[in-house]
Amino acid sequence: MSNLLAELYERMLESLLAVGRYALFTGRLLVETPRSLLRFGLVVHQVHNAGALSLVIIMLSGLFVGMVLGLQGFDLLERFGSEDSLGTAAALGLVKELGPVVTALLFAGRAGTALASELGLMRATDQLSAMEMMAVDPVRRVVMPRFLGGIIAMPLLAAVFSMIGIFGAQLVGVQMMGVDPGQFWSQMRGAVEVDDVMEGVIKSCVFGVACSAIAVYEGFHSLPTAEGVGRATTRTVVISSVVVLLLDYMLTAVML
Amino acid sequence: MRATRAIELGTGLFVLLGFSALFFLVTQITNKEIGFGDSSYRLTAGFEQIGGLKAGAPVSMSGVTIGRVESIGYDFTEYKAKVVLRIDGNYDRIPDDSDASIFTAGLLGGQYVGISPGGSETFFKDGDQIDFTQSAIVLENLISKFLFSKAAEQGDAQGKEEGN
Repeated sequence: MSNLLAELYERMLESLLAVGRYALFTGRLLVETPRSLLRFGLVVHQVHNAGALSLVIIMLSGLFVGMVLGLQGFDLLERFGSEDSLGTAAALGLVKELGPVVTALLFAGRAGTALASELGLMRATDQLSAMEMMAVDPVRRVVMPRFLGGIIAMPLLAAVFSMIGIFGAQLVGVQMMGVDPGQFWSQMRGAVEVDDVMEGVIKSCVFGVACSAIAVYEGFHSLPTAEGVGRATTRTVVISSVVVLLLDYMLTAVML
Repeated sequence: MRATRAIELGTGLFVLLGFSALFFLVTQITNKEIGFGDSSYRLTAGFEQIGGLKAGAPVSMSGVTIGRVESIGYDFTEYKAKVVLRIDGNYDRIPDDSDASIFTAGLLGGQYVGISPGGSETFFKDGDQIDFTQSAIVLENLISKFLFSKAAEQGDAQGKEEGN
């Protein structure tokens, strides 16, 4: 019994320590940000890795999410005889909620895992230690560009996702289901405010920081073994997904 | 070196695409299409009752959107709702005896401010106040008025019968 309690205490202490380490590491990354922005070449490379290479999966997912939104939205709104509002429903749903969240989840799966496993392998093959030996700070040289690249890429990816999604909804709603295109676009324009778009942008920026920080933390602190790298990758996806959904609820509650 | 160029090109295209998507979202799916330049001007109007009018609602003349409701406040000197209208600078020939009313678009649609032009030779300038206003029609008031008038009629009829 006391063993169980001791273990429980140990676990709780461990998770508390993990939260503390995360906070300290993220704080350090944020402190390093201005200096690292000056070495822009490294950041550009990582924007390419995290953003440009994720574009295909984001666009494809956006198209299908938009199309299914058009289909489901049409079915639902038709019951109330208000299928003309499909554009509004699809645009608000995509811009405020689905765009940032689904993009963040895909980002964690596509770019986050790549970051974590890359950094984990660097750790496992002693590349990070070698840098330290040469008095090169690995956080500055390796971690920061990846962190910033993710932050820059994320809002842009979310915007692309929402745009493609709206086209997908239009494809299904207007072309297939016969919603009037004039109503579709004009009702959307009448109802969607710039603030709604900004809410999505703020969300995706926050998710970008969270996902990138989690990925680089897990990779940088992974155990230097094959198993450790695998575990870091898994933890990146799991923690990112949960944190994104949690943050999404909190941000929505604050901004609505 | 070539690989770096390809990466830079790809990144550039990605960033461009991202920002154009953002631009699309802001300009094409929101009601920002009226480009208020520096030429737009403000008018104020006091209403007894604004119903469900909200900031951002359109201001229209004969159905043409000429501006938006900028803000809504309460004026404690006149005890009226004070509505600030921002009118696009292209529409600068509104007679200064025009009147403003609050209408509802469709049966359940949003409310908007309709301006019907008067006959004056002089036009509204920035900061002017619209003197002639007509409040929003509140459905509950309409129904209660109708009911009371019915009741009053019936009361009269009964009174007459008793008199006879």
